[in-house]
Amino acid sequence: MKKNNFYLFTVAVACLLFTVLPSCKPKNTADAISGDAAQKVYVAPGKYDEFYDFVSGGFNGQMSVYGLPSGRLLKIIPIFSVFPENGYGYSEETKPMLNTSHGFVPWDDQHHLELSQTNGEIDGRWIFANGNNTPRIARVDLTTFKTAEILELPNSAGNHSSPFITENTEYVVAGTRFAVPLDNDNGDVPLNSYRKNFNASISFVKVDKNSGNMSIAFQLKVPPVDFDLSHGGKGPSHDWFFFSCYNTEQANTLLEVNASQRDKDFILAVNWKKLEEYVAQGNGKKEPAKYAHNVYDEKTHSATSTMEKEVLVVDSKDLKDICYFIPCPKSPHGCDVDPTGEYIVGSGKLAALIPVFSFEKIKKAIANKDFIGSYDGIPVIKYESALYGEVKKPGLGPLHTEFDGRGNAITTMFVSSEIVKWNLKSLKIIDRQPTFYSPGHLSIPGGDTRKPNGKYVIVYNKITKDRYLPTGPELAQAAQLFDISGDKMKLLLDFPTVGEPHYGQAVEASLIRGKSVKFFDINKNENPYVTKGEKEAKVVRNGNRIDVYITQIRSHFVPDNIEGIKMGDEVYWHVTNLEQDWDVPHGFAIKGAPTAELLVMPGETQTIKWSPEKPGIYPFYCTDFCSALHQEMQGYVRVSPEGSSVPLTFSTGKNMPDSSTTPPVLEQ
Amino acid sequence: MYVSVLALFLFACNSSSNNDSNNTADDTTTTATDQTADANANPSYDPNRGEGKFTHVYISPKLDNEKAEAGEKIYNVKCSACHKLTDEKLVGPGWKGVTQRQTAAWIMNFVTNTDDMINKDPKAQAMLEICLVRMPNQNLSDDDARNVYEFMRKNDGVK
Repeated sequence: MKKNNFYLFTVAVACLLFTVLPSCKPKNTADAISGDAAQKVYVAPGKYDEFYDFVSGGFNGQMSVYGLPSGRLLKIIPIFSVFPENGYGYSEETKPMLNTSHGFVPWDDQHHLELSQTNGEIDGRWIFANGNNTPRIARVDLTTFKTAEILELPNSAGNHSSPFITENTEYVVAGTRFAVPLDNDNGDVPLNSYRKNFNASISFVKVDKNSGNMSIAFQLKVPPVDFDLSHGGKGPSHDWFFFSCYNTEQANTLLEVNASQRDKDFILAVNWKKLEEYVAQGNGKKEPAKYAHNVYDEKTHSATSTMEKEVLVVDSKDLKDICYFIPCPKSPHGCDVDPTGEYIVGSGKLAALIPVFSFEKIKKAIANKDFIGSYDGIPVIKYESALYGEVKKPGLGPLHTEFDGRGNAITTMFVSSEIVKWNLKSLKIIDRQPTFYSPGHLSIPGGDTRKPNGKYVIVYNKITKDRYLPTGPELAQAAQLFDISGDKMKLLLDFPTVGEPHYGQAVEASLIRGKSVKFFDINKNENPYVTKGEKEAKVVRNGNRIDVYITQIRSHFVPDNIEGIKMGDEVYWHVTNLEQDWDVPHGFAIKGAPTAELLVMPGETQTIKWSPEKPGIYPFYCTDFCSALHQEMQGYVRVSPEGSSVPLTFSTGKNMPDSSTTPPVLEQ
Repeated sequence: MYVSVLALFLFACNSSSNNDSNNTADDTTTTATDQTADANANPSYDPNRGEGKFTHVYISPKLDNEKAEAGEKIYNVKCSACHKLTDEKLVGPGWKGVTQRQTAAWIMNFVTNTDDMINKDPKAQAMLEICLVRMPNQNLSDDDARNVYEFMRKNDGVK
């Protein structure tokens, strides 16, 4: 090592002297990788990363945004979880976003993300996110980097097989991990009546081409197995959607053992195009349901929540040529379609091989009725008739596959902690590299679309034991970045991540960066409680409801002195940030508020409700360092007992100290 | 631009010449890779003993009831979630007959040095291909391991 270091140092000096930079290539392999790697991930201060990487937050219910190749964390976007950092889920404007048929649900488990596509390519408009626990799908706007919409899914439990999309974002799908009695059926049934009373469903959520607004077009009722992952077809398979499933044993207890009994489970192929036609012809039945549809409007800077009342349900048993099962070895997890749309890769978690199915052969098998029987009314295609071939001995525990656009696939091996690159045509393994440790999903920019950018693969690891400084029993999870431009995959970087990233999607920054909103036009602010200028600031009493119309600008509030609030009052602070420049949010916090702060963007109005607990003086201030006099950006509100005769007054710069007092002077 | 590229090379090359206290991610990678390499080719590995602290374990022909009882208590807390006492596989293999299949030293090494053994031992690796769940290290003390082994003997009919 020492010798190498000396050699390296010499080489570095030599390079410097002769400024023949490209020849700075140390010969020792390990050192060569390290030198090369640092160069490849280094983004100089002030320079931008080449890619955005949107990474699911798992049990934190958020999405984080990183820059690649540097691995720098750029932002955390709250989706399904309250976020005291900016008031999401606490402000009156954002609370409706987390409304559900179960009431206000402030948390979820966010697993997968999918960037919107046009013609099978990422279009950089929105990113969809699934909520696993209380089934929901969200749409995040990539101009504001804010959650724009959340749609709850009825007749669902464990929304895992989601939010994958069709090639033109016609639909976002949501398949249930847990079969349950449907919402409108009697749910008070014995658990071991699973096979009789439980159902699974797959929701097809229509996305409006222009606004992005989502609505459930129809739900497909399917046999009670656990749907796991899914992907839409591409090109020739455009009309189809493929869903992996396990627990074809239909067990309701100790699934670890009882759902691992059969040699093969299934991939379900659904002809969504034909299904759409059937529905248009009047098939399916409108069933009563209750589910929340929450939309955030950037004109009013407010969300509304609407409780929907019915959903169209289509039974897979009624339409014979819509659904087909394809046997897939051993509890398949990943279900990935290659860029050409011809190959469907199933990953049996417990299988010692990776089956690759051919869409061409599947079509033929369906035409020839090459079935081995049916499962709960759905024809089962003969395995060999759908199979293109098998990747032999890829490693242990294959989970997920993405594609490099050069005819190769890369698959994560959870149990043997490695990624394996193999060729789609030859099914031969090209390279394998260890990961640290136990990788779940992986992602190549555009790697599940028609047009991957095969520069990097990012691997999301579940276990990081011994990789970073220890931090008690809980350790960060990690992303690892590999250069995949050559035959050999090269580890460049690993970085700890927040929450539990399951899946992430990366995209060329150029597709998104120019559209980023910098601030909101105050003249277009349609929040009913906006204060357009300090002149309009006011405090209004209506019974025991107080509306404070308060403004912020560097570096004061109007008003900043308020008296006449009484115990029992409900005070709504409508805070408008009057700034009209980029990167000048103001915060708002008031002592004792049992909620959170507000972080108000320039031109925006946000509201926090406050009911003081006892009479006294309550300070409030700006929490986001905004100027040299940020610390002076503060105010007071006086709370008097119930029935007090203190009149309601408010002002800034007028309520001067009592003239009978003078500030102390320095005595010399 | 040229200057920054130059700086970059300097940084890249220099970071390799730093001493050990200034460890980089790449050093760690190297270490981990080396370990894997060792595991795959270790001519001195004794598959009957496994790897760990135990080489010779004294076993009396008769069952030590006290140890077996202590072992059963440990089994109930730390082992029974995954191992049945019959020969049926749950998450891991059933325990029936395990004391005939493996030596005492192998079992005690395996339960106290689990990760290393799964990485190196051919039988453990073959079992992993069947179970696909790495046995977690349950942090058994040396005495715990001995007691659990005695309980396994009891389960295999030793009186």
